[in-house]
Amino acid sequence: MSETTTAAVPPPAPRKAPLLDRLPVTSHIRQSVGLQRTMLLIGITLTGLFLLAAMFAPLLAPYGYAQISDAAGTFPAQAAPGGKHPWGTTVGGYDVLSRVLWGSQTAATVIVVSVAMSIFVGVALGLLSGYFGGWLDRVLVVIADAIYAFPSLLLAIVMSIVISQGQSSFWGGILACSISITVVFVPQYFRVIRAETIRLKAEPFVESAMVVGASSWRIMGRHIFKNATRTLPLIFTLNSSEAILTLAGLGFLGFGIEPTSAAEWGFDLNKALADASSGIWWTGVFPGVAIVLTVLGLTLVGESMNDLNDPRLRGRRAAGNKRSGKAKTKAGRP
Amino acid sequence: MATLIEAETPDVLGPAAPKRGTGGVGRYILVRFLLIFPTIFILVTLVFFLMRITGDPITAALGGRLPQDQLDARIHEAGYDRPILVQYFEYLGQIATGNFGTTLSDRRPVVEMLATFGTATLELAINSLVVALLIGIPLGMIAAHRRDRTPDALLRFFAILCYATPVFFAGLLLKLTFSVALGWLPVSGRASTSTELAMSQLAAPSGIYWLDAIRSGNYQALGDIAAHAVLPAVALGLLTAGVFLRLVRTNLIGTLGKDYVEAGRSRGVSEFRLVTKHAYKPALIPIITVMGLQIALMLGGAVLTETTFEWKGLGYQLAQYLTARDFVAVQGIVMLLAVIVAVTNFVVDILAAVIDPRVRY
Repeated sequence: MSETTTAAVPPPAPRKAPLLDRLPVTSHIRQSVGLQRTMLLIGITLTGLFLLAAMFAPLLAPYGYAQISDAAGTFPAQAAPGGKHPWGTTVGGYDVLSRVLWGSQTAATVIVVSVAMSIFVGVALGLLSGYFGGWLDRVLVVIADAIYAFPSLLLAIVMSIVISQGQSSFWGGILACSISITVVFVPQYFRVIRAETIRLKAEPFVESAMVVGASSWRIMGRHIFKNATRTLPLIFTLNSSEAILTLAGLGFLGFGIEPTSAAEWGFDLNKALADASSGIWWTGVFPGVAIVLTVLGLTLVGESMNDLNDPRLRGRRAAGNKRSGKAKTKAGRP
Repeated sequence: MATLIEAETPDVLGPAAPKRGTGGVGRYILVRFLLIFPTIFILVTLVFFLMRITGDPITAALGGRLPQDQLDARIHEAGYDRPILVQYFEYLGQIATGNFGTTLSDRRPVVEMLATFGTATLELAINSLVVALLIGIPLGMIAAHRRDRTPDALLRFFAILCYATPVFFAGLLLKLTFSVALGWLPVSGRASTSTELAMSQLAAPSGIYWLDAIRSGNYQALGDIAAHAVLPAVALGLLTAGVFLRLVRTNLIGTLGKDYVEAGRSRGVSEFRLVTKHAYKPALIPIITVMGLQIALMLGGAVLTETTFEWKGLGYQLAQYLTARDFVAVQGIVMLLAVIVAVTNFVVDILAAVIDPRVRY
């Protein structure tokens, strides 16, 4: 697993540059100009805030995610923002601010677990399928296409109901959600890696490795793997945002994690739906804004990386020349 | 669209079709058509086994509510105590003959259930598609025309925001603003109770409320239906509007750079006409094909939108049936969705191939 994550960050430039500049995100900042740089920086800031909140949730949150009372007594239900509860409390007496902060931890854990699993399975299958071809390739492609075409949220719901079976512990819930999301993502990684593998198989360096007598496993594991995984940081970022949306969707429909075992934004929004008709806005707006900002941050980073990776889409640094500004286009992601 | 039909007719006729690679359009269409079945088959199989790993439907639906001996009797009666493979092949046979069974929780024929709730989802999908097109296309035109200026930057940000906002949060915000704070629109539902009643008493209802209201001349009901339709349509429509905006923008930028547009400009054609007519029409072709692919996103969004607004469609019912562990109903719904997705993909593939011969292989 660790091999996957470290190898997914390859040096993008062959020339020797300081390590910091060769890392995916920092190299992108250096390349970018103007509007693209603004969008990338906004994205990085939002993502950074999300990660900080996730890491330091136990320190930042005033109360626990399932805490409904303290030394001074039971928390009031549906209290308006202010005083002891800056963002108010929910109908169950939970502190909204605390649950939003703890929710970032749940979201981050689910992202890491689900994306790591999808990369592992998707890359392995993609390499095998692309390298060996034949009937295995055809069967895998048809299955992956079938899963890919189906509404991802529905598949995740079916998976989660099968896996969880009333599981409500923190790790049980996290795993159930992550596996459900993994099933949805594997076809995407599979497609990308398979296409890259097929392309690389025809490259001279693979042929020379074959001539030298390297085994299929060695060629796949070293030569193709390292080259095929270049685009992974990009898919990783874009998928993280999709993972959050899927997790929130699952939670919203009631197939996520129990409120007593972890805080989850989607679940809180579900509960907030009933409050909305009586004009209680704070139980829904805060977790909702948290989802939007996190997804926005991750998407902005991913989109900017996508544009900067493609020389045709990259805005160029040119002074006083209006034409050069027009050279950049945004790839429409269907 | 004219080019589309022109290109299609001679090719489908067969012998005169230009052969390219292994075959012409006829063969391509046939292969694509046959691929519909494995897609549906795989999804149905997947869902069948996933659902059955966890036990039989009777225990899942009624376990704990009935004594064990009664439970066993019902399991035996329904044949769920036989080997799973036997049940699987029997299930496939039933599907092939169009027998989808009866739901366990409310004892309705699955086909009837699908027809009732399917039309509600169809109505929501049509409404939100209209919203998405009304918002996405003009804004995409503006973004393409004012490329790399402030409006373009703002609109691109808006498109990403549309994607980043979950439909249920958009729905919640809309509800808080327009239903609770302003009191303009109803909070939830497809229509008020009196309208629902009037609609159910119609002789041959289509199930799509606004259509039924127009046909029966009940304009009071039509107003009520429209008021209920606005918020769900906007919530789900915004999700796809962002995609359309970007699609229109990217494709328009491509065609706006063409020589014939420049020629039109030099002849004195107005900028408005250049963007909305000259450059837009050729840009429409890729937009149509990608639009078809949005169906999966729409269906996923519909589940969330329907739950948010208590819109009693397939998605709302799917969540209900899943909670009740009614596997027969869930399999029926998944089957229908798989058919919709597979058929849409087929149509999109064919459209793409007919429009652009390079797609065929």
